[in-house]
Amino acid sequence: MDKLFDLELTVELLGFPFVRTALVAAAILGLLAGVLGPLIVSRNMAFAVHGTSELSFTGGAAALLLGVNVGHGALAGAVVAALVLGLLSRRSSEHDSVIGAVLAFGLGVGVLLLWFYPGRASNKFGLLVGQIVSVDFASLALLGACAVAVLLVLLVIYRPLLFASVDPEVAKARGVPTGPLSLVFAVLVGVATALGVQTVGALLVLALMITPAAAACRITANPLRATVLAVVFAEVSAVGGIVFSLAPGAPVSAFVTAISFCIYLVCWTVSLARGRRRGVATPAGAVPAAPR
Amino acid sequence: MTVDRDAARDQSVRTSPGSGVVSLREATLAYGQRVLWSGLDLDVQPGEFVAVLGPNGSGKTSLLRVLLGLRPLTSGSVRVVGEPPGRGNQRIGYVPQQRAMEESLVLRGRDLVGLGLDGHRWGIGLRGMRARRERVDAALAAVGARDFADAPVGRLSGGEQQRLRVAQALVSDPEVLLCDEPLLSLDLANQQVVSSLIDARRRAANTAVLFVTHEINPVLPLVDRVLYLVDGRFRIGRPDEVMTAETLSELYRATIDVVRVGGQIHVVGAQSGLCEQSSHHHLQDEERA
Repeated sequence: MDKLFDLELTVELLGFPFVRTALVAAAILGLLAGVLGPLIVSRNMAFAVHGTSELSFTGGAAALLLGVNVGHGALAGAVVAALVLGLLSRRSSEHDSVIGAVLAFGLGVGVLLLWFYPGRASNKFGLLVGQIVSVDFASLALLGACAVAVLLVLLVIYRPLLFASVDPEVAKARGVPTGPLSLVFAVLVGVATALGVQTVGALLVLALMITPAAAACRITANPLRATVLAVVFAEVSAVGGIVFSLAPGAPVSAFVTAISFCIYLVCWTVSLARGRRRGVATPAGAVPAAPR
Repeated sequence: MTVDRDAARDQSVRTSPGSGVVSLREATLAYGQRVLWSGLDLDVQPGEFVAVLGPNGSGKTSLLRVLLGLRPLTSGSVRVVGEPPGRGNQRIGYVPQQRAMEESLVLRGRDLVGLGLDGHRWGIGLRGMRARRERVDAALAAVGARDFADAPVGRLSGGEQQRLRVAQALVSDPEVLLCDEPLLSLDLANQQVVSSLIDARRRAANTAVLFVTHEINPVLPLVDRVLYLVDGRFRIGRPDEVMTAETLSELYRATIDVVRVGGQIHVVGAQSGLCEQSSHHHLQDEERA
């Protein structure tokens, strides 16, 4: 631990194909997380993402036990979770409690499934904290295909989805199908979460899905700019996290969360400083003049 | 604005449809056993300002939901700009109740208005960005909101937010403007600003306005007709026809006094739901008691 960052060793490790594969996977994930993040933040879905990621762990654990592809299991678990949470919690007042109840049960099932699993413990641990270096070409192809599918669907539904997320009442009045849209969005988030579970792990998926977007939303009110910033922040966290974890051989997730949290702190400080300035600039309670 | 009479003829009702931009015939709305209103005939003409009054739960907002196509009538027929109400009609503008928006909301005033123009369309809307920007700018200017159009909406005052709401409703050039208590929780100055913006629009573009409110006084000078809903019963007419002790006592089936003070109309003796939001009404009640 005397040297946390060794440039030579890092460069040497970057030459390995499996490291490059991991970087591509992280870049794809960062893009997905950055694009979905601001909408997740606008819709107050951070806890839903957490719940979905835990249940994706349950799916992965089931796949491990059944001897099928863990990635497929995690994906299936996340999509089922997203649909269940989306359908059960139509009313926002009970949203959190529904997620909490389903999440706890799902995690319990996952733990039981892992207990049944006779194989190596590192496989189990990988589901929780991520194993991006183990991403092979087949899972990279799955990751890429899922990412393209998510982005294409998002391209089609983006505008009404944004409308429904930031202004649901008027969106409904203007004929936006807010209910079906939130279900579709939950599935998109579920797919992205499942992909994240395999790289940074179920416990830390929030570091990529929420933190960069939350940071971006702190410093801009422009939805487009927030999306671009969230993508940049997520890429820096995901790719940077892997690069920094190479030399010490430490878990990727520790670095990903550290970087994204630092970005968040910086943005938070910036927004605080700005808020103070603005507070001085405009006196509160001034009645705006009548328009011409 | 003319209504296509053939298209407007309803299958279930033989009475001929009227010429209004909003047209209801024998309209009934019920939730299970509870009838909100029945036998409602209403024609709103282009440029007409109709205030919809009544106590809480009398079905004022439900009427707007019917016109927006979010709720079907239990019976009867309804046409809005010549068509059955459908979701997402561009020719209908909607101003919701003023509700504080979250301070952290990632949205600027111009985004809110822009969503009113094309937020219901699929895709991300990269085409026609320039024309879109011009229309949004014009709508912002019309309500005097250009100075704060780029600020986060959550940090604006209630009056500023509601001006943006008016711009959002008008940016698509609607022929009907449906307003659901748009003045609620605004101070007097802002009530005047918002209602005069709506009034200016209907005079300039002949837009019909259906204005749901529990408090007629802020808009009294603008109102052409009143639709007063109470407990399944209703009256339609000019304010001086409907807002009388006789008519309201009949509607409420209780003794109601109507007091006119300084060009304002105060209804006294109705259940508290009638004027619960307005403190000076309660003062008036106490003075008379």
